[in-house]
Amino acid sequence: MARLMGLTGNEAIAYAVKQCNVDVVAAYPITPQTIMVEVISEYVHNGEINAEFICVESEHSAMSACVGASLTGARVFTATASQGLALMHEMLYIASGLRCPIVMGVANRALSAPINIHGDHSDMMGSRDCGWIQIYAENAQEAYDWIIQAFKIAEDPRVLLPVSVNIDGFILSHSMEGVSVLDDEDVLSFLPPRKPVITVDPDKPITVGALCLPDYYFEIKFQQIQALKEAYNVIREVNREYEKLTGRRYDFVDSYAMDDADAAIVCLGSTAGTAKAVARWLRSEGKKVGVVKPWVYRPFPEEELIKALGDVKALAVLDKACSFGAPFNALCSDIIATLYRYGKDIKVFNCLYGLGGRDITPNDLKAIFNDALEIAKTGIVKEYMKFIGVRE
Amino acid sequence: MSESEKKLGWKSLPIGGYLLEPGSALKYKTGDWRAFRPIIDQKRCINCLLCWVYCPDAAIIRLEKYVDVNYDYCKGCGICANECPVKCITMVEERR
Repeated sequence: MARLMGLTGNEAIAYAVKQCNVDVVAAYPITPQTIMVEVISEYVHNGEINAEFICVESEHSAMSACVGASLTGARVFTATASQGLALMHEMLYIASGLRCPIVMGVANRALSAPINIHGDHSDMMGSRDCGWIQIYAENAQEAYDWIIQAFKIAEDPRVLLPVSVNIDGFILSHSMEGVSVLDDEDVLSFLPPRKPVITVDPDKPITVGALCLPDYYFEIKFQQIQALKEAYNVIREVNREYEKLTGRRYDFVDSYAMDDADAAIVCLGSTAGTAKAVARWLRSEGKKVGVVKPWVYRPFPEEELIKALGDVKALAVLDKACSFGAPFNALCSDIIATLYRYGKDIKVFNCLYGLGGRDITPNDLKAIFNDALEIAKTGIVKEYMKFIGVRE
Repeated sequence: MSESEKKLGWKSLPIGGYLLEPGSALKYKTGDWRAFRPIIDQKRCINCLLCWVYCPDAAIIRLEKYVDVNYDYCKGCGICANECPVKCITMVEERR
């Protein structure tokens, strides 16, 4: 029987991690993620989970310890944000390159300088190409649900890749919601203990992390490309199995009111919640608008996006991280590349918003929807890049 | 790695570049990295074994009265020639 608990995003992730019976957690505190590992450390201290909690001196060490632990066959979790994720950057590639199915909670936060502790996606987008599966949750419930699914996806022998589950710093990490949690036994039946494929074992020594020169390196990287393709199938299977267990349907893409939409907003994470409310409001005024939210950002769900976009005429793609000097920011570049590949002539403009945790209000989103509707009508994009709410 | 040896593709290689059995360095012949080849004048060699001690690739072969070079692995760094007290090792440019 499912129960309802009042949990913040951080606590929801910690509770899911506890139910997933992790073996090792190595982490370093950083706002706004700290509570995630603080709660887990309490679980360990109280004997509520039989896990090793490694207090490390930095995030670089945290991920290094996670890689080592994962290679022994352990189920491993860590969490970080912002500068911590940036400090981990080098080790993120090693975790994916060595095929360690680590799950990491990220409470997304802006990067210095200037120093700022509030939410934007600069941290994860800065490590976008690290070979991890990347998931963005809209609320605490989704964060809880994705953590449980993330371990199953990561540890599947067809995948063996690390997964990051992203929640918007403070907006989700520190806001309390009602979260429907599963019984421990149900989580255990959905996610049995990890069955590692190859492990470091003194009785059968192997070498991990050996030098790999130009004649072999590319093949090893191609294996990762293939594993992300395989992950595509595995994610779908895991989503369906989780739906059977919980009744909650997850997919690559969450689409809202898209059936007959003329214009839509595409965005990641919690902003989609506000956008859905604004879309509902505009729909009541007879304006045909919808929202598309990629749950899974890597592997990028091109086919599902094209399906979700349907016959929409204009798109506002919202990015909460700046790709300085690029023609478009990260999410928008991916969307435009997908439309190009599928030969779709949908007008697109990019909105950069929310840097350093600046709020995006229902009125901001209403204006964006109206701009998109205007483009849907005229077919003319006057501004390809808007900066929402920035002062002159 | 000699050109004739068949290189495995991504489907056959262990994931993550793992090496599942020890001793793979033996199979990886690094002799073709060499730009300069050490030539030992074995008549002048006093068999002091300083080159054998210093060689970072264990590419000096100990014989009864003098030493030889294992060209499968010698990368041509020249340390042996530098350390040789009787200067009986000369580095000769490889010509291919």
